Amino acid sequence: MIIGSGPAGYTAAVYAARAQLNPLVFEGSQFGGALMTTTEVENYPGFAEGIMGPDLMNQMREQAKRFGAELRAEDVESVELTGPVKSVTANGRIYRARAVILAMGAAARYLGVPGEQELLGRGVSSCATCDGFFFRDQDIAVAGGGDSAMEEATFLTRFARSVTVVHRRDEFRASRIMLERARNDPKIRWRTNAVVEEVLGESGVAGLRLRDSRTGENSTLDVTAMFVAIGHDPRSGLVAGVLDTDDDSYLLTESPSTRTAIAGVFAAGDLVDRTYRQAITAAGSGCSAAIDAERWLAEQPSPKPSEEHQSERERTWAPTPSR
Amino acid sequence: MGANTVEVTETSFEADVLQSSKTVVVDFWATWCGPCKMVAPVLDEIAGENKERLTIAKLDVDANPSVAVSYGIKSIPTLIVFQDGNPVKHIVGAKAKAELLSDLSDFLD
Repeated sequence: MIIGSGPAGYTAAVYAARAQLNPLVFEGSQFGGALMTTTEVENYPGFAEGIMGPDLMNQMREQAKRFGAELRAEDVESVELTGPVKSVTANGRIYRARAVILAMGAAARYLGVPGEQELLGRGVSSCATCDGFFFRDQDIAVAGGGDSAMEEATFLTRFARSVTVVHRRDEFRASRIMLERARNDPKIRWRTNAVVEEVLGESGVAGLRLRDSRTGENSTLDVTAMFVAIGHDPRSGLVAGVLDTDDDSYLLTESPSTRTAIAGVFAAGDLVDRTYRQAITAAGSGCSAAIDAERWLAEQPSPKPSEEHQSERERTWAPTPSR
Repeated sequence: MGANTVEVTETSFEADVLQSSKTVVVDFWATWCGPCKMVAPVLDEIAGENKERLTIAKLDVDANPSVAVSYGIKSIPTLIVFQDGNPVKHIVGAKAKAELLSDLSDFLD
């Protein structure tokens, strides 16, 4: 069973399906992962002209399906990972398999300042491709200093009159190419050493209250939207307390393998990767996880014949159902 | 477009949504919105399972901006539930089926 439907989950599914492990993929209600809210992916090898994030994910999904991976648009509610047979509960049903690959990815992080959650969907957004359209000819802001902030700011200039990048430091984590592209854009303005203290407005965003991190001075930035691009938090909540994480909630694996501390449980993608966090590295580690799982399964003793007698339905997704 | 949902436009909005005797859930979406595509199959399923109780209508905000503006849409996907011509509930963002069903539970009994 594979939990997650980003590049890591689908790549694991392609490999596991081709190895005839009959993978069942829990895609969640939102298949495709973080790339679904991006535009052009320019650095995924094999696409010389670039490819749209959602298109790339559709391709991966189709590829997994083509080799027989069973996909379920269900959110996993709980997992039971110890013992020789693991179980996953989704939509009230329990599924069992001998190996599990965790690839839940990471969720967009918010600032956690007053006004932010109240105005979510009313000017506060974490998806520029979804919501930029609604701020045509307006002055808007992007909070963040990494690649995704630069990408969003550059993308949003298609619609907005101006885009102000608000960043709490004066150095950027963004790659040079993304930063340069943003710097050369006449519609992009910069507010560095500026910390967002509050999102202002009642029925919609009316402005941001900023504090200068050096002088402590407060000011107001008049914008009608704030796009948040300050990074992601790994979605390790499902296995919290069962598997160890580091201080930032990234799941720990026995690097360079994808093994976790529990036998038969593997992890891949942004869930474990605090260093690279790219579509291609996620896909690569998804591949590793499937191979690790395949080898691990091959080393396990064959299930007893009595265990084979399960319903047809269960057999299709669980090579060795439990009891 | 799913088999169980209907498409509405600026022109048909009045007749198909506002004048409808049934509860109509309008899905404001666009082709360039990834999360809208993720939630589309879920909405189609919900529509298929609740045909007697409600209609799920899809409105492309790109092709029909005036409707999106008049209902103050600033984020998609957004679902608005209409009863007797009035917007009675907003649901913002792509959600899991169980969550959507619970958000819509008042209209499914």
